[in-house]
Amino acid sequence: MKTKLFIVLVLTTASNNLMANATSQMFDEYRKDGVTVFNTDAGKTLWNKQFKNKKTGKPQNCASCHGSDLTQDGKHVRTGKKISPMALSANPKRYTDVKKIKKWFKRNCKWTIGRECNAQEQADILSYLIKQ
Amino acid sequence: MKKIIVPIALLTILFTTTIVIGDDDSYGKKEHSEKGYFKRFFGTKLDVAPVKNALYKEECGSCHFAYQPGLLPERSWKKMMANLENHFDENAELDTDTLKTLTTYLTRNSADKSNYKRSRKIMNSLSKNQVPLRITETPYFIRKHDEIPKRVVKNNPKLGSFSKCAACHTKADKGSYDEDEINIPGIGRWED
Repeated sequence: MKTKLFIVLVLTTASNNLMANATSQMFDEYRKDGVTVFNTDAGKTLWNKQFKNKKTGKPQNCASCHGSDLTQDGKHVRTGKKISPMALSANPKRYTDVKKIKKWFKRNCKWTIGRECNAQEQADILSYLIKQ
Repeated sequence: MKKIIVPIALLTILFTTTIVIGDDDSYGKKEHSEKGYFKRFFGTKLDVAPVKNALYKEECGSCHFAYQPGLLPERSWKKMMANLENHFDENAELDTDTLKTLTTYLTRNSADKSNYKRSRKIMNSLSKNQVPLRITETPYFIRKHDEIPKRVVKNNPKLGSFSKCAACHTKADKGSYDEDEINIPGIGRWED
């Protein structure tokens, strides 16, 4: 029993550390790019803001694929593929890999907004998401 | 006693193997249970080589079904991977290293280099100058799905498109597209 508890503890701490490492590295980079305030409210607003799809003209936002409840699975708007929850509380594997964070910010900002998100926008969104 | 058991066991194995060889070719028409039993022991005769590349599964499979490389020719994969910024109107950009690795994986395992049944059939259905970007555009795919009424896929609220292989082909992720394994959302089994 004690061993089990120990293993669970070690694993939890390990995954927390991974998350902390990856996100703190991201926040360090944002600071280097001149970001001084990480605004979770601004992050939430941008997350929910509607943009027009370049081709169809239909409104779209982050929730189009990730859903409005971040603790639940999302669903890719085109392919229907399941997307695991964005909320850290529901999905501790999130935000543990710097490369992944960057990749998805790049792709998904380009699709949703039509351009890359700048450092401030990324910092706001990331700080909003890790508190969910 | 041991001396008797060993030959009996060997004979049993030989006997079962013979049946399997006979069973394998007549796919689709035999009893499902029997087939499933033999498949489990001797491996499924696959239609397309299954995806074993973890990077491919991760990078491509997080947005859509990880289509087997053997479903399109090398020329198609090359064209597709050269334009990931506009990937069917989505952004699917990859970093240079990942792009290179995955392009190599796709082109090395493409339909024109595969001996698997469906890969060969897809290739045979294409003319040399055709560079399909969608598997659903290949003549073989069209021929295999042309009897399906609109209500079943296109107008099926649970589907809407032929692109979601695994939505109906329950073993698509293992490279198996056998008719027996079809289970259409909201409709069920399908035989033509």
